[in-house]
Amino acid sequence: MSLRADLAKIAQLVPDGVRVLDIGCGEGELMDVLRRERHVDARGLEIDPELVERCVSRGLSVVQGDADRDLADYPDAAFDVAILSQTLQTAQRPDYMLDQLLRIGRTAFVSFPNFAYWKMRVSLLVLGRMPVTRHLPVSWYETANIHHVTVEDFRLLLAAKGVTVEGCWFFAGGREIGGANANWRAEHAVFRLSR
Amino acid sequence: MAAAISTDLQMITLTAPLALDSGKVLAEVRVAYDTYGELAADKSNAILIFHALTGDQFVARTHPVTGKPGWWERMVGPGLPIDTDRFHVICANVIGGCMGSTGPASLAEDGQPYAMRFPVITVRDMVRAQMALLDQLGIERLHAVVGGSMGGMLALVLAAHWPDRAARVLAIATTARHSAQNIAFHEVGRQAIMADPDWQGGDYYAGGKGPDKGLSVARMAAHITYLSEAGLTDKFGRRLQDRDAKSFGFDADFQVESYLRHQGIAFTSRFDANSYLYITRAMDYFDLAEEHGGRLAEAFAGATARFCVISFDTDWLYPTAESRAIVHALNAVAAPVSFVELSAPHGHDSFLLDVPALDRVVKGFIE
Repeated sequence: MSLRADLAKIAQLVPDGVRVLDIGCGEGELMDVLRRERHVDARGLEIDPELVERCVSRGLSVVQGDADRDLADYPDAAFDVAILSQTLQTAQRPDYMLDQLLRIGRTAFVSFPNFAYWKMRVSLLVLGRMPVTRHLPVSWYETANIHHVTVEDFRLLLAAKGVTVEGCWFFAGGREIGGANANWRAEHAVFRLSR
Repeated sequence: MAAAISTDLQMITLTAPLALDSGKVLAEVRVAYDTYGELAADKSNAILIFHALTGDQFVARTHPVTGKPGWWERMVGPGLPIDTDRFHVICANVIGGCMGSTGPASLAEDGQPYAMRFPVITVRDMVRAQMALLDQLGIERLHAVVGGSMGGMLALVLAAHWPDRAARVLAIATTARHSAQNIAFHEVGRQAIMADPDWQGGDYYAGGKGPDKGLSVARMAAHITYLSEAGLTDKFGRRLQDRDAKSFGFDADFQVESYLRHQGIAFTSRFDANSYLYITRAMDYFDLAEEHGGRLAEAFAGATARFCVISFDTDWLYPTAESRAIVHALNAVAAPVSFVELSAPHGHDSFLLDVPALDRVVKGFIE
């Protein structure tokens, strides 16, 4: 099974043998790879009971819960790495969630779809409608993505919070691209953060 | 009163007296149990199932008293989620119970039934007796322990106090402590039993008559707590029982009344009223965090097992918040824990009924 490009990148960057919390872990694809290839002690948090069920069936330790509410239950620095993939934009308050992430994990990975990707801009400019794309495939009224964010917005939030960016990686068309003009060119971004 | 139990139950007598949490000691403790599936030569494939308040060791075997199917036949058996083709399943009657293990109906040293002279026991005492059983069976480490409701409490106690004895702990529809509401419902049941003149201070074993009316009312009250309001409405609504109009009397006009009366009466044929008093008391005393100043996480400080906690969205007896408190505590000590709240219409009893998602989670976790 091949991981989505942003998850594959994270899998590559997580050190061997660490403790990882994967928030919004879905069916546990990333956790499974991390466990097998990087020998990490991986835990997950997932809101959908059917996905939790599938994780449990593959022998993963996953708690059903709502990241907006339940991250507060985890102790400080409980994990070496906290991962938030494709979930930031669904949070009630992404800024609070970022705080929780960096409280629970010494290092955090955040991946999110970049709403300033040029195709989105063109779509909005030309059609005058909220873009529906491969990575944001759902119409505005039913999307779980309630806080659309761009690479630039995210950088400004990090700066305002004094969060250290240890690295960032960008993706378009399923492939990694360079960081130049990322806010135009990237469909997806992955940030490694610490306090 | 409960019919005499046939004496051919599988049981052992513990080789040592059992020291209880109360400070008292029970001599000559018998533990009745049932087993399914073959024990592997290295004894590594044993799963211990803990039964609920009114359950017993007949998990997947026709009940010797009622002739009804085992209480978890849909879960335990060849090719089922707890697969007896692969696992050796053990289930023991709790001490204080009435299906062969030492309880208030057992004979004390003076040859008379203990009745209310039986010491008050705790959930930990129940587990202690079963750990002694495992010692005598030569099983050191279980592949898993599994329990629903009170059985889940036993599973949590095992994880807290005998952390090396199980590799997996599966706790379903349960709690780490009895709430005021839980205690209150149990107290209604106990008072119903003790208010029955046939209870006779518990000394009813000699005569032919026990507190069947009181025990029946206790069961009726408890049974309501095992179901959901929507479940009751769905099953009975306001439908009348075998009649076209209300009787303007106090017969069981409504189907739900008839059903509860039947449940109550049927229960008295298989359960001892004093056992009901002792086991409900043990559950009410249960608070895993109590000896840690209320900090549940500390109870699990030495836990080595993988955990799976399951709740049901319609269970108002041990609601999801109770399971979340357990998960929270396990997370705090970095224990590997999975948790899922399943959607099922049957209330607390969902763990015994047809919930396919439960089967999948149990199977997935046990594998």
